[in-house]
Amino acid sequence: MSTRAKELLVVGIVLLFCIIAYLGKVYGWVDTVVFSPMVSMIVVGIIILGLVFVLIRTLQGRLINRQVVFLFVGIAVIMPFFMSITQKIRTSPEVQQLYDAVAELPKGSKVLVSFDYDPPSAPELQPMAEAFLYYCLSNDLKVIIMGLWPQGAQQANLALEAIMKNEKLAAKGLEYGKDYVNLGYQAGNEFVIQRMGADFSSMFRTDYSGRHYEELELVKNVKNFSNIDYSFNLSAGYPGTQEWVQVAVDRYGLKMGCGNTAVQAPMMYTYLNAGQLVGLLGGMNGAAEFEQLVKYPGKGTKFMLSQSFAHMIVIAFIIIGNVAFFRSGRGKKL
Amino acid sequence: MNLQLVIRSRLFVGLAQVCFFLFLLVNLGPLAFAQDEPVPTQLVDSTPLNPPTNIEVADTPNDAGGSITIRWTEPIPPEGTAIKGYYILRAEAVGNEQGQFDVVGETSTGSSELLDGNVVDTLNYYYRVAVIYSATGVNGLEVEALAESGISRMVSSSAQWFDWRRINVFVGVIFLCGFILYYISRAKAGKKLFIRKIAGLEAVDEAVGRATEMGKKIYFIPGTQDMDNVQTIAGVTILGRVAEVAATYDTYLEVPVSRSLVLVTAKEIVKEAYSKVGRPDAFHEDQVHYLTDDQFGYAAGIDGMVVREKPATIFFMGAFYAESLILAETGNSIGAIQIAGTAMPSQLPFFVAACDYTLIGEELFAASAYLAREPKLLGSLKGQDVGKAIILFSIVIGVLLETFGVWRFSSLFGVLD
Amino acid sequence: MRREVPLLITGIVGVVFVLQYFIPHWPFSQVNTWFSDWFSIVGAFAIWLGALNLLKISALKVIGKKSDWGYAIVIIISFIIMVAIGFAEGKEFREQGTMFSWLYEYVYSPLSATMFALLAFFVASASYRAFRARNLDATLLLMAGFLIMLGRVPVGDSISFFLPENYQFSQVASWIMTWPQTAGQRAIMIGIALGLVSTSLRIILGIERAHLGGGD
Repeated sequence: MSTRAKELLVVGIVLLFCIIAYLGKVYGWVDTVVFSPMVSMIVVGIIILGLVFVLIRTLQGRLINRQVVFLFVGIAVIMPFFMSITQKIRTSPEVQQLYDAVAELPKGSKVLVSFDYDPPSAPELQPMAEAFLYYCLSNDLKVIIMGLWPQGAQQANLALEAIMKNEKLAAKGLEYGKDYVNLGYQAGNEFVIQRMGADFSSMFRTDYSGRHYEELELVKNVKNFSNIDYSFNLSAGYPGTQEWVQVAVDRYGLKMGCGNTAVQAPMMYTYLNAGQLVGLLGGMNGAAEFEQLVKYPGKGTKFMLSQSFAHMIVIAFIIIGNVAFFRSGRGKKL
Repeated sequence: MNLQLVIRSRLFVGLAQVCFFLFLLVNLGPLAFAQDEPVPTQLVDSTPLNPPTNIEVADTPNDAGGSITIRWTEPIPPEGTAIKGYYILRAEAVGNEQGQFDVVGETSTGSSELLDGNVVDTLNYYYRVAVIYSATGVNGLEVEALAESGISRMVSSSAQWFDWRRINVFVGVIFLCGFILYYISRAKAGKKLFIRKIAGLEAVDEAVGRATEMGKKIYFIPGTQDMDNVQTIAGVTILGRVAEVAATYDTYLEVPVSRSLVLVTAKEIVKEAYSKVGRPDAFHEDQVHYLTDDQFGYAAGIDGMVVREKPATIFFMGAFYAESLILAETGNSIGAIQIAGTAMPSQLPFFVAACDYTLIGEELFAASAYLAREPKLLGSLKGQDVGKAIILFSIVIGVLLETFGVWRFSSLFGVLD
Repeated sequence: MRREVPLLITGIVGVVFVLQYFIPHWPFSQVNTWFSDWFSIVGAFAIWLGALNLLKISALKVIGKKSDWGYAIVIIISFIIMVAIGFAEGKEFREQGTMFSWLYEYVYSPLSATMFALLAFFVASASYRAFRARNLDATLLLMAGFLIMLGRVPVGDSISFFLPENYQFSQVASWIMTWPQTAGQRAIMIGIALGLVSTSLRIILGIERAHLGGGD
């Protein structure tokens, strides 16, 4: 089969899958499919049997190709969506630190949240954004939103839209401009942060919807970082947490925590250990831990089972890979 | 907002409430608290409210002017009350008198400092700080009241010619640049400098040669960042060398880029490289082409090209983010020889796992010196190594001093106050 | 002149940029703003170079019926649709409810997320292929990787339930991330920072000029 035929076939299959998923969503089939614990365990058993089969083939000297790995990962990610297995999520110290930092803020404190990511990183960062905004707004903290990425402000709106459906928040009757504002996107990367150190309004003359800075009750007296009690940065790259630390934290003494993609999070531990960051949410598990703490179980918690399965599958394949490696005799050097 | 008016109105309402307090509570409680302004109650009539004291105002040091720092001592809140925050009021000086006070900032409780970054250097100002007290009223609703400090001394802002908080960075930069310049001058004077072998760069010729043998293309991916990123500059520097080798072997080199400015630069570099080896006719304008600024759109575009055209060799040189593994793993799947180089610590493991050779961090920056073997460039590497030796030495000293509690050595390396 | 003028501009801008870090006084306080504005302006104009280059190459592919010209048609049509809708909706094109925002939310976002999601598959295949216990160093790395992967998901603690609480996988993973991992990161970052300074200095002084074309 030619590459083009394969591509068309894949596109066709994906399209069919999307149509089924869309219809499932519209007619509510997807949400109603929940495996009982027994069925869940059977699915887990089948996956394990599949892995054992792969291991046996590997021992027989027949190596699998990458498509088999992809298939197992796909199954491991999708199946848990329908499973009813609960997991105990334990809070890591860096997540607890972030929670404590926000929890000790007095009511009315101003929290700056910078959305420095775009849709590709949303699966990891959006749950963090929602849980963080939910916690701030439900605890009467005032939230000022901005973005150094063009799509950041839109992601913030999506997060706000999602949390406002929560009954507790809806009952509070939160008011835009008074309890939270979205200042929108500003081009200029770290230069924006630097200029905000002197004057916010020089960078954000209007908010996301075009209202003048001075007309917004929440921010009209907010001049610079000295008026901000805590800042939270959601970052997926450049400009992101590193730039915030280098400019806002180091030069202006801003107290800041961050939420990063799992790939980027390890780099942030250097800043966390040095005290330049107060709290860190790393990847999906960081989001899930924070959701547990703030009692807002969202997508982070929901997807943790998938993450658990995916990690186990990767570990299983690393073991299988090493079995193949030693079986081929190359491991004798060890 | 004119706070004087606000405060006056609040005091007025407060006095009225002292007189009609019981009446309001019993009959009109909800209506009274539904007013726009916070209503002082027993906060006013029972206990005196302490205002902030020791108002200190000064020009913010080490800045570009236009900023005044206000500090105060937080008052002790009377029993049953809490401090909710502070208003900072400012008045312009008119002769020796102060003009009208306006709110210019607010902070929450726990703060005793505010930076007013909206002043004009040529003008003089006076400041006051008002504390916002809150308490729970008799009917369980929160009530607020203000207590205002005295007027500060007159103050004005000015710009400074040196940021003394950065003196440690300045000294570091002078030393490091000094070393680099010293070794460059030594290299120019003819001193031979040793540079260790970098496998990834040694393999450039081999990788291009392989593509020639197979009669397939070479791809060069200069990262997803713009020309203002030093990694991109380092990447396109290597591109020049790769283009020369490719032109010599008459192998087609394709450079898909994700930034317009990189497009212009890379095109110029490849063109010059082809001219340099005497093959200007072999250069095609479309060899260097733009795909998209979008990170994953770019990754998808390249993946598609790689899968369809199956290049023999792929170079990844520059700044990469999450797309690194997507690109490198696709290249690996078609069996291309891959050489990567980046200074993004989080992406290095992916390149190491999926590529044949990886230039780790500083090796990317050393590449141009390594490939050109020009004494001046090699000299800069030597200077950089001396800087590294000093940092290593400092780390050892710092660890010893801090472990034994002799002196907080790390304080030298922070932003100095 | 063709090389000297860019070198001069680079040198002056580079030195001024270094100075502005230490001198807060005007005009140094403003150069950051000026230069970043200039970069944005030049970049904004340059975007057309890229867009036109993309359109030109795609159009040539379609006209010449070169291989995979079908993809080029998709590029041209997508480009025209996005630009046309963006311009037609004026300044409010990003507002909720606009056609552009619909395309953003229901076309662009899922497509981008799909590409990002590929990472899960590629991490698995790359780990399967490359994560081998070749020698002692690689074995230590492998073990650390195992502990991190187990410790970062709840199932890790379920597996290590029999261990004392402080030695369960999540705690071990936290320890590895906080100490050994950070030490390694810092070492790489210091090396990179020195490399950056050295390269920047070479560029500012005009010693490094390969990026201007010509190789030396």
